Amino acid sequence: MDADKVFKALGDPTRRRLLDLLCEQNGQTLGELCEHLDMARQSTTQHLGLLEAANLVTTVWRGREKLHFINPVPLHQVYERWVRKFERHRLSLLSDLKKELESEEP
Amino acid sequence: MSSEKTSFVYVTYIRSTPEKVFEAITKPEIARRYWGHENISDWKPGSGWQHVRASEERTVQLVGNVVEVVPPTRLVISWASPAVAADPASHSRVSFDIATYDGMVKLTVTHDELEAGSGMEKGIRQGWPIVLSSLKSLLETGEGIDVFAKPKAVAAGSAA
Repeated sequence: MDADKVFKALGDPTRRRLLDLLCEQNGQTLGELCEHLDMARQSTTQHLGLLEAANLVTTVWRGREKLHFINPVPLHQVYERWVRKFERHRLSLLSDLKKELESEEP
Repeated sequence: MSSEKTSFVYVTYIRSTPEKVFEAITKPEIARRYWGHENISDWKPGSGWQHVRASEERTVQLVGNVVEVVPPTRLVISWASPAVAADPASHSRVSFDIATYDGMVKLTVTHDELEAGSGMEKGIRQGWPIVLSSLKSLLETGEGIDVFAKPKAVAAGSAA
């Protein structure tokens, strides 16, 4: 939704770790996530709050449990805007170089 | 083979209306513009639906049943590969929830009852973020993104 929030949320190793943990196993509770982190519950909650504000994490209540899901949709938008655009150019340069080198007969 | 189930929840905020988002999912002529596929059904509970590649071959890539339809806020369908669809256990479930959110639309796609570690899981994990980005892009700018896009070097090297 907001690229600044996405970049800010990604600019921290704990938050990236949280995304990795959710990528390995989606739909975890705060307690489950805390088991893998050497950090107070309260700090983890704050990190998850920033991830949620950036729409990188979505929460769903299942009964009394609040489950956290990774939401890669904003990452894809960042990828479209900030990676693929430049990658295309770079890849086409590499592909031209490859053609050039491979066409040189010994 | 594991029968463990897994689920995914995808959320995107779109500057649009619930009606337009609902139509974009259910109307073939709109879906083909951002999804490269059409979702074909009469959208009545109990009816079937098909996910058809918008190409000359018109390959049916997914099938399922319509479970719940509440235009323009909710649609629930089952989701399976045509080859195994006769087995009810092969069906996963996709729910689209469409809500007005601060002048925008919050679209939540919940894909659950999905067999953990299956090919279908791998496919949808790759697919949904691209499809939803493309949908957002179409509704906000009038142009979808190429959902079949590959990095140029890869595309040049493969026959597909």
